[in-house]
Amino acid sequence: MSVLTFVEINEGKIKKASLEAAYYGSKTAEANGLASVAVVLGEAGAEELASLGQVGVSKVLHASDARFNHFDSKAYTKAVAEAVNAAAATYVVLSFNNNGKLLAPRLSVRLKAGYVPGAVELPANGLFKKNVFSGKASAQYQINTEKKIVAVNPNSLSPVKGAGTAIVEAFAPAVSDADFSTVVKGQDKITGTIPLTEADLVVSAGRGLKGPENWGMIEELAGLLGAATACSRAVADVDWRPHHEHVGQTGLTIRPNLYIAVGISGAIQHLAGVNSSKVIVVINTDPEAPFFKAADYGIVGDAFEVMPKFNAAVRKLKAAN
Amino acid sequence: MKILVPIAKVPDTTSKIAFAENNTKFVTDGVTFIMNPTDEWYALVRACELKEQQGGEVVVIHVGGADSEQIIRKALAIGADKAVRVDADPTDAYFVAAQIANHAKTENYDLIIAGKETIDYNSFQVGGMVAEFLDLPCVALVQKLDVANGVATLKREIEGGTETVEVKLPMVVCAQKELAEARIPNMKGIMGARTKPLAVVAATADDKLTTIASYALPDKAKQVKLVDKDNVEELVRLLHEEAKAF
Ligand SMILES: Cc1cc2nc3c(=O)[nH]c(=O)nc-3n(C[C@H](O)[C@H](O)[C@H](O)COP(=O)(O)OP(=O)(O)OC[C@H]3O[C@@H](n4cnc5c(N)ncnc54)[C@H](O)[C@@H]3O)c2cc1C
Ligand SMILES: Nc1ncnc2c1ncn2[C@@H]1O[C@H](COP(=O)(O)O)[C@@H](O)[C@H]1O
Repeated sequence: MSVLTFVEINEGKIKKASLEAAYYGSKTAEANGLASVAVVLGEAGAEELASLGQVGVSKVLHASDARFNHFDSKAYTKAVAEAVNAAAATYVVLSFNNNGKLLAPRLSVRLKAGYVPGAVELPANGLFKKNVFSGKASAQYQINTEKKIVAVNPNSLSPVKGAGTAIVEAFAPAVSDADFSTVVKGQDKITGTIPLTEADLVVSAGRGLKGPENWGMIEELAGLLGAATACSRAVADVDWRPHHEHVGQTGLTIRPNLYIAVGISGAIQHLAGVNSSKVIVVINTDPEAPFFKAADYGIVGDAFEVMPKFNAAVRKLKAAN
Repeated sequence: MKILVPIAKVPDTTSKIAFAENNTKFVTDGVTFIMNPTDEWYALVRACELKEQQGGEVVVIHVGGADSEQIIRKALAIGADKAVRVDADPTDAYFVAAQIANHAKTENYDLIIAGKETIDYNSFQVGGMVAEFLDLPCVALVQKLDVANGVATLKREIEGGTETVEVKLPMVVCAQKELAEARIPNMKGIMGARTKPLAVVAATADDKLTTIASYALPDKAKQVKLVDKDNVEELVRLLHEEAKAF
């Protein structure tokens, strides 16, 4: 019996969120005396797959089939369900990322296995913790079926890497051409920037910056730190910033190690997308801004005075290290 | 074109979140319930737009008690033609999806447009589950949806960008922001909604695969460490050395 983790490859590399899921899978396997197995669909390098051993995976089932190079929820569901049977898996682990969010509920129905979406820590006493009410509370979920599916919230745990190497085994699921129902017409990737949902560090700004021409200091800090940039909905709505940067209830939910909010009031709908960040820094002229209540560190001050100093201090620190 | 839109009922975002009975029950006293914003603003409005362009019918379905009538009437006021309420407590996504799939399997919908997730349990399950129950294709995180000659063209969000895909109908869509512009129901819509058909049906027994054992509120409000604005370097030092954030 085993724990099976669904692992995704992007441009030849294991997705960071999938590596976290694989680590979660291995830890779950260890706690239950099970083997940690991964399944990978689509073409990928053997060496990259074997490196899953570093997070405790002993075997990788690899369907090296070009039809899987693009995500198709129906075909993927069939293939992963077959891998679950092949590996006699009692737990299925995946990332609560864009594809995982659709694959997991389909698998739940196909396998009739209870599913917890967006677990934020390893299971304890058989319960899975996840955030509810847009991060305003958490809940402990119990899964009532023998087979269990867990999707792990990105950035919830930091994989500890060891020296292992996983065995890669060919896997040929019985998926017919008719199961591939989506035809990919094209992709539009924002290049040169770090995807917001995968970023460890995020620098974000809101209406306090007065206009799109003032984002230079935000981008400069993001560049210095290797951070992604984000924004409030208010500024995306007036096209100061692109919509894909907007975080919050109607935007992205992120969970970086560090979230720096400059000139953002901290409305409840904004906090819903960022309040699980590990460290929150707020820079705002208004000491009564609600964001300070959710912050770990703060400066009451004008962004136009504070940010140049902040950037200079970071530059100095980076130069010294 | 015949379109089904599953709508959920959720507490308004500004609601106070509290729990009772040893942290096992969500306290609903004083909580205002609304239609899940993603369902109302994006899924339902896009469904109505497609119907207005191409003809057909929009049906909304809701799994919930009689106290949900208000949100169902609102959906009818926005433009849905008729509604179905499955009279049951929606405590488990698998259960909810089974009810929706059970209704849909005999109705030959061309499209089922759900929201990506609700803002209370944020679970992102029901749409995908309905698709699997019905063995239909499904695309999630959809920002753009057009239909021509029985084929849907969709733009979905992927990490760091978007992807455009084509899928032959019938299919299930999980909608998100940008799919449409929210509509405010007008007087004519509100009046018309009163007489549109709303069928109440019993639940078909089905299993609940998960249960919530307990809830918790976050540890008491964080204590912010304020640094003087003339000492920005100190903040950077704290972030580096104390918080180890970079
Ligand atoms: C249903 C619903 C959903 C929503 N979803 C979202 C969402 O997903 N994400 C989201 O962000 N919002 C969302 N909103 C909007 C949200 O309520 C706020 O209106 C929005 O977040 C405000 O953006 P802001 O903080 O940039 O602007 P403001 O509220 O205008 O705040 C600007 C802040 O900048 C400060 N400031 C001004 N000048 C300076 C300066 N020179 N230096 C430093 N600070 C300065 C001000 O003190 C103020 O606190 C939603 C609203 C609703 C009703
Ligand atoms: N009780 C319900 N009745 C009808 N549709 C629902 C219900 N709950 C959820 N949905 C639909 O499923 C979507 C995803 O919800 P969830 O999986 O609960 O996050 C929602 O946006 C709705 O479209």
